This record gives sequence, C-alpha cells and structure tokens, in this order.
Amino acid sequence: MSPWVHKQRNLLDFTLSSLSRRKGKTLGMMVVYTAIVFVLASVMLFSHAIRREAAVVLAKSPEVLVQRMVAGRHDLIPARHLEAVKGIRGVQSAEGRLWGYLFDPAAVANYTLMVPTNPRIEPGKVVIGDAVVRARSADPGDLMSFRAHDGALVQFRVDKTISRESALVSADLFLVSEEDFRRLFGIAPGLFTDLAISVRNPREVVKIAEKIDAALPDTRIILRDEILRTYESVFDWREGMLLVLLAGSILAFAIFSWEKASGLSAEEKREIGILKAVGWETSDVIRLKMLEGMVVSLSAFLVGYLLAYLHVFYFGAGLFEPVLKGWAVLYPKYKLTPFVDELQVATLFFFTVFPYTIATVVPIWRAAIVDPDTVMR
Amino acid sequence: MIHLSDVRKAFNQGKSNEFWALKGIDLSVKAGKVTVFRGPSGSGKTTLLTLVGCLARPTSGRVRLRDRDISGLPERFLTDIRRSTFGFVFQQFNLLKGISALENVMIPAYPLGRDRKDLARRAHELMESLDIHAKAQSNAEWLSGGEAQRVAIARALINDPEVVIADEPTANLDSERSRQFLGIVEALKASGKTVLMTSHDPLVCDTAVVDHVVSLRDGQLVEAR
Ligand SMILES: Nc1ncnc2c1ncn2[C@@H]1O[C@H](COP(=O)(O)OP(=O)(O)O)[C@@H](O)[C@H]1O
Ligand SMILES: [Mg+2]
Repeated sequence: MSPWVHKQRNLLDFTLSSLSRRKGKTLGMMVVYTAIVFVLASVMLFSHAIRREAAVVLAKSPEVLVQRMVAGRHDLIPARHLEAVKGIRGVQSAEGRLWGYLFDPAAVANYTLMVPTNPRIEPGKVVIGDAVVRARSADPGDLMSFRAHDGALVQFRVDKTISRESALVSADLFLVSEEDFRRLFGIAPGLFTDLAISVRNPREVVKIAEKIDAALPDTRIILRDEILRTYESVFDWREGMLLVLLAGSILAFAIFSWEKASGLSAEEKREIGILKAVGWETSDVIRLKMLEGMVVSLSAFLVGYLLAYLHVFYFGAGLFEPVLKGWAVLYPKYKLTPFVDELQVATLFFFTVFPYTIATVVPIWRAAIVDPDTVMR
Repeated sequence: MIHLSDVRKAFNQGKSNEFWALKGIDLSVKAGKVTVFRGPSGSGKTTLLTLVGCLARPTSGRVRLRDRDISGLPERFLTDIRRSTFGFVFQQFNLLKGISALENVMIPAYPLGRDRKDLARRAHELMESLDIHAKAQSNAEWLSGGEAQRVAIARALINDPEVVIADEPTANLDSERSRQFLGIVEALKASGKTVLMTSHDPLVCDTAVVDHVVSLRDGQLVEAR
C-alpha cells in the first residue's frame, strides 16, 4: 500500500480515538445533529411520498368525468347519456363506472367498492386491498358476507389480495363483479355511478367538455387537470409551511453547529500546538479536524435519515400528525409507500454535513497557523 | 552541525511590551555530542532551543543546519526539517490526554504515512528499551512524572531524528530518576544522536556524558566550555 493510504488510515484511526476521548461533547453533538437530520428528512420523505401517491392516483383517473346532477346532488347516470357521449366527435372511449362505499360493521370500516372492467371479477368473488386484509384478517379462500340494500345476505369469496402500489389507491379497495355490485346496492341495469371518458387529442379536452355540457345539461363535468390543480394548491400550501419549518431548523442548526464546533477549548488549542511541534503540518491538523467533523456528521446523517425513514414509512409519520393533518383530506389513514429520491438525499446531505464540517474546520485553521513554539512554555 | 550567528529574538516587537529574549548569540553545536544550555530562569534557554529546533524563527541573525540556512524558510519547510531532524522532550512532556501511551508515541509518525503495524512494532521496541513497556496501554494522564518523561522520549525518537532536544528534563524528577534519565542520554549519545538540553541542575551539568556547557544570562552567552 502507498504511504498516502497509510497516512489516511493512521489519521482516521487517530480521529476515532480523538473523538472517543471527548465522549460527552461528541455524543451531545451527535444527538442534536441526528435529531435535526431526523426532522428534516422526515419532512422531505413525507412530502415527497405523498406527492407521489397523488401522482399515482391521478395517472389512473380518467381525463374527463361526467356526473349527473339532480337537484344539486350527485345521482346515477343512465346509459343513454353514455351513448350520447360516445357520439361526440373527439371522444376516444367512454364507459360507465360503478363504484361506491360499503360500510362493514364487523370491521367498523368503510371500503371503496369498484367494478373493474379489465379484467372482470367473477360473480361471487372479491379482490381486496391490504387495508381490508388487515381489518378483516382475510386470506384468499375466506368468505365475507354483507347485507344488501334489501337485507338479503350477499357472500363473497376472497379471490386474491392486491399488492400495494399506492396506499391512496388500493389499500381499502374492494373489487367485485357488476352483478354483485348491482345486487348489493339495488342499482338497476342501465344506470352507472358516473362516466369516464378519454379523448383523442389532449388539447381538445376543454372543447369536448363544452360539447358534452351542451348535449347533457343535467351533468357536471370534472377534468383531471382541475383535480391536479386542487391537489397542487393543497400541497403547495402545506409545503410552504414545511419549508418555513425547514428554513428555521437549518438556521438553528447553523447557529448551533457554529457555537458547538467552532468553540475551541484551551485544551484543544494546546493539542494542536503539540501536534504541530512534533512534526504535523498545518494541513495535517486541518485534515484531522475535518475527519472528526465528517465522522460526526456522517454518522448523524445516516442514523437520522434511517430513523426518519422508519418514522415516515413504518410509523405513519406519527410525530407530524398535528402539523400535517390537512393532508388527511385525501385519505383518513394511510401507510405511505417507501420511496427515496436521490436528489433529495443529496440536498439534505449538502445542507447538513457540509456546513458542519466547515464550521469545525474554520476555527482550527486559525489555531493551526499559530507558531508551534507556544507548547514550550 | 548547527551554527548560530548573531541570533536575536524579540517578543511583541514594535509594541510597548517589546522584549528581547536573545541579544546576539554566536554558537556551534557539534554532531554526536551532548550540549547543555545553562542559566537562571528567564535567561533565554528555552527560546534558544525553539530556534535551534525549528519551532520558531529568529528575529534577526542566521541559523544554519549543516550548510543550509534555515532562518528564512517558510513554515512548511521548517516542519519538514523539524520532523526529520529533531525529536522534542518538552518540560511539561505535553502528552495527549485520553489516549494510550503507545498511541502518544506513534503520533509524530502519522503524517509520514508509515505502515501501522511497522509503526506499532517500532513504538513497542522503543518503549521496551526505555523500560516503560508495561505502561503502553495506560492513558497518558495516569503516568507518573518519570514514566511520562520516558514516554515523551520514546515519542521524540519514533521518527529516528539526528538531534534530541530536551527542555529542563530533570526539573520534575528526583535524583534517582534524574540519574536514570542521564543513563538514557548516554545510550542516545552512544547510538550517535546529538543531544541538546537546558538545565540549571548541577547534577546534569557536571556529568561525564555532557560534552559542552553553554551558560546564558539575560539573553547573552556568558561562558562556553
Ligand atoms: N511568547 C512570549 N512573549 C513574551 N515574552 C516571552 C515569551 N516567551 C518568552 N518570553 C520571555 O523571554 C524570556 C526568556 O524566556 P525563556 O527562554 O523561557 O527563559 P528560560 O527558559 O531560560 O527560563 C523570559 O523573560 C520570558 O518572559
Ligand atoms: Mg525554560
């Protein structure tokens, strides 16, 4: 091995024993540092994951939705409306959707019932999301029964469970066949919950919406872009708040690390003098202190980030609940899908590890250019 | 080996508390010999050692190491020369607290990038030869004065310097330990090292191992033999 490698190894070894003999100071630093990384990383992971969830939801939602309104209330939409929409130029496809909510007294929970068309579910079978699996501890092959609108018993056999892609989309899903859906809610054939429409040319969405509106005056038309904007504004507002929080803690951290790291005790100054007197160059001393700063900040970063990851993805970001409750508009209870963005990690890394290392080195620089003869006194 | 000509050193130059600690020193130190700087407290002995050992630069005058004028060299070169040529045993020993005696001994070698195993072996050998091996794993602050000094000597020798510099080496030792120290000096001399010490201890100045005694007073040479 080259002398350079040996030198770095020797310095690193010395750094570790150097840190361990200032246990109190080192540990105190690490705890505060870890806590700050934890908060920042939690915020970042959380806001990112929730945005991603929304993106997944929206990717799956149709470009145009048509609902029928009766006396200002959402009502079932008849098949002739579907035919009318299909006749409009520029409409690529249209289908009637069936969906609703089903209260399960056994689990005291609401499920989202849907009738998928591709692939279809066989009558008598059900495909469930993992929140339902947990609520009912149901496994494939189990039977689940519900009372229909008229009191009759409807039974489902669990066909399979859906692996999770997004908590917001599939956790409480309960997918059934069209026949079962109609029987459960007493909805006659020829009636749908709403219509999902896709258009040939995305730039014509608004024009087509106007045509539908003119042809079917008793409907309300919802565009995906509008939902997107609503979500965005909710996120932006929340994120604005979090950014203030973030800026605050970064500032606090900067002050804190300057305080802690930059204060050179007389003992440390003496040690630097000794190192220089026995033949260390100024650059060696600075490298040593930089390594110390890096060991502290790197390990705090890793531990803090790991804790934040667990906090957000395994404990439902419990500590944030009071601040982030507004997000629950989207969904009452969720477990986010783990997702880490490299750029985000790099940003956090830069704003925490970098300033601390600098804060440790600057005062050392000043001390290290002092003449080494002071140790002779 | 080391030549000083008209060397002067001022502290706080240009300020109201300006103080000339050395006022024109001409001196030659011979290789392989033991030289003692003697004089009352405040006479400039330690200051002279810092100039000879490249820890500081003279305010005026020249310091030559062999044929090289080192008085005007920038810090980086001085460090280089200091590291390869001089080993220091400080009056307060200046060991680092909280780490083992062994690690203290190895510290001067770290920037040279020597293999850690070789380095540890050499440190063990040195500590064995100085009869301090039993304390290798003790923290520096647990050592007695004599033990700490021997650890400091081992540290001074780890880079195998030509010159060993010791400031008031017997000031903190009883007669028994002082004699032990002089025994070490004898061994160093026998192995070809040049030794420079300051002391006002007659026990040191009158020992056979000492070749030259240089007396200082108020920053000036008063006698050399
Ligand atoms: N850094 C300094 N600043 C001001 N005065 C100093 C400094 N270092 C030493 N002196 C003065 O220089 C004189 C010589 O000091 P020193 O060389 O330590 O003497 P000795 O070692 O012979 O006791 C003393 O009067 C001391 O007060
Ligand atoms: Mg002195």
